[in-house]
Amino acid sequence: MTEFEPKIVAFVCNWCTYAGADLTGTARIKYAPNVRIIRLPCTGRIDFMLVLKAFAGGADGVIVSGCHPGDCHYTAGNYHARRRWIVFRKLLDFVGFDIDRIHFAWVSAAEGAKWAEFVNAVTERIRQLGPFEDYHKLVALGNEPIEVA
Amino acid sequence: MEQRLLKRESVGQLFAKLADAGWRIVGPCRSGEAVVFKDVHAPQEMAADYVQTTLSPKSVVFPRYELLLRYRFEGKDVKIDDEQITVVPTVIFGLRPCDARSLAVLNAVFSWDYQDVFFKTRLENTTIITVSCTTSDPYCFCTSVNGGPGDPQGSDLLLTPFDADEYLVEIVTDRGRAIVDQAPELFAPAAGGEVNKVRVLADVPVRFEMSRLVECLPRVFNDEAFWAEQAMRCLGCGACAFLCPACACFDIQDEADRQGGVRYRCWDSCGLSLFTLHTSGHNPRTTQGQRWRQRVMHKFSYFKDRLGTIACVGCGRCSRSCPADMNLAEHLQALAETSA
Amino acid sequence: MDALRNKARDLLSDGSVQVVIGYGPGSVPDQARAVFLRRPEQVGALFFDDRCHQNLAVYLTKPEVKALGKPAIVGTPAILRSILQLAAENQIADGQVLALGVDGDGRVTELPDFKSIEDFLAPLPADLSPQEQEQLARIEAMSRSERWNYWIDQLSCCLRCYACRAACPLCYCGRCAVEANQPQWIPVAPHPRGVLEWHLARAMHLAGRCVNCGSCAKACPLGIPIHLLTQMLSQEVAKRFGLQAGRSAKREYVLGTFKPDDAEDFIR
Repeated sequence: MTEFEPKIVAFVCNWCTYAGADLTGTARIKYAPNVRIIRLPCTGRIDFMLVLKAFAGGADGVIVSGCHPGDCHYTAGNYHARRRWIVFRKLLDFVGFDIDRIHFAWVSAAEGAKWAEFVNAVTERIRQLGPFEDYHKLVALGNEPIEVA
Repeated sequence: MEQRLLKRESVGQLFAKLADAGWRIVGPCRSGEAVVFKDVHAPQEMAADYVQTTLSPKSVVFPRYELLLRYRFEGKDVKIDDEQITVVPTVIFGLRPCDARSLAVLNAVFSWDYQDVFFKTRLENTTIITVSCTTSDPYCFCTSVNGGPGDPQGSDLLLTPFDADEYLVEIVTDRGRAIVDQAPELFAPAAGGEVNKVRVLADVPVRFEMSRLVECLPRVFNDEAFWAEQAMRCLGCGACAFLCPACACFDIQDEADRQGGVRYRCWDSCGLSLFTLHTSGHNPRTTQGQRWRQRVMHKFSYFKDRLGTIACVGCGRCSRSCPADMNLAEHLQALAETSA
Repeated sequence: MDALRNKARDLLSDGSVQVVIGYGPGSVPDQARAVFLRRPEQVGALFFDDRCHQNLAVYLTKPEVKALGKPAIVGTPAILRSILQLAAENQIADGQVLALGVDGDGRVTELPDFKSIEDFLAPLPADLSPQEQEQLARIEAMSRSERWNYWIDQLSCCLRCYACRAACPLCYCGRCAVEANQPQWIPVAPHPRGVLEWHLARAMHLAGRCVNCGSCAKACPLGIPIHLLTQMLSQEVAKRFGLQAGRSAKREYVLGTFKPDDAEDFIR
């Protein structure tokens, strides 16, 4: 039986984390290949709906990462993002969504090693949690012919 | 119409016989504060002591969302898989005479310029066991729209509760007879002549003259101020349309990714401002008064002209659940009273 | 009752307002409905008692009502809080609405500007009532999977009628996010995921803006307790950021502002 390989979508900012992930590559540091990286200009641009869409598309886990507070290329985008995530996490937790499937980090352009560690840790955690059946079942229900009134 | 008697305590056995023969049974059940139609196996699961359900049974034949087709992108081609509808023979038990009449309204729309295979397949496989109304509330107005608390139109079997332990059963159609034939031992002959059910039926006062209303409507059409006044408190949600057993408007939505997708049909409402928004940005109905006028004209004028029936059965659900207390019958009364 | 009717009559007679938005008799004796009185002789329809719980502030942003002219509006605490939040979002100008604060003894207080509304609300309880707290606590006490099952079950009959949105005074967007289709952020069809995403989006768009009037849940034809989502977030925002909607006409939007030292414990 094949081991479960989690699908992880990472929303990262162009200036810090994406550059940091680039550094991980050029430094030839190996890390879990489960992550699909999506580059955005800034974490401030990450709408909470994007996170939900990643799960709807089949992701088992989501990473969100950007510049450290104070270092945002657009000055304050990451501060706004931080507030948004504090509120969104609370909402998700309240409806029983497993917030342990969404992981956040500040990874700068210089932190190639941190990126690898972080992705490996998240991948391992999601592997332990297993496929995100709660949400995937919800998606599947919508694709079934409806018999219930 | 042939009459029989069915003891209330026998309904459970009837359900069991039907289930054994492969029928699916849908009946009114409590869901929080609401009463909605759900799959049932035993009468105890059904709600008691209510005048009318919150949701109509229309979702059995016209679900709130339904898959029409799936598609896949294969290179430059699109492969389409039409959704095959597998429908189990279904009995709707416990709906009201107004609800039974609403199916003909839906059928008129779904058999008009296009034979809607989804709706028609479901309807063909549905048997209607109606329960007459022995109580009504101030929102009911079936008698104003050519209906009544014991009206058999649209039913296959019409059950009227008598003496707390028995139903008078009227076999309205062959489909109804087929149900009786599933468990003939449960349906005793009605002794000595026709049972008169009128004495147990609810009293539903007539609120307005239908012919007067139909005559007034085209005349009032252009009085924008009148419609605006009626609609002042309307919030423009879709509750009335979605709860209405005779409303059939729907939206078609695709949900797709790079590999392909699915196409849904789902309920829509003319009360929502988006309903008539064109891609150009123009919206022919920008005010709630215009949208309210559309709702009334459609149901009581255009539908009658085009398809020969009023698209309202007086169930009162729209008014009971309206968050702004719009009360359709009250507005219709006012309309019917407008002078020439 | 008399004080309210007399006040309404005076305001309409001397032309200081063109419409009085209040509560009048509904379809059945235990119901009230919104009335829009234009002439002094109509004030007999007005009443105020515990049947009056629809949040009338929803009408203040409706173009058809705004076209009637300057309104006076019966001011329950929920309505007053809504007015202040609408003010904080620049949807009402100061002095554009005359609120009529009503209290349990039938006294009517003219509140002509935002400051007067703020002062009127100041002594009133700001937090959720004990019953509301208890409802939230009951859910918070469930395990994660119990909460998930609870909400999926509660939301399973949502029709996407948008009565919740229509009844909410803070949902005044001309084009709601759910009506955008390039891209379709929130699915239109009321399948289980679509319903969940709609309610999550609605709660997030009301974060820090909800005034806890409960109108959304009262409007829901199925009685789904969706007010718990927005109330929970409003409590969280107050706790974490010290911001509460409906207390002041100058309120910063929680998701539009930040502090460099906003505390969090989940970001590596």
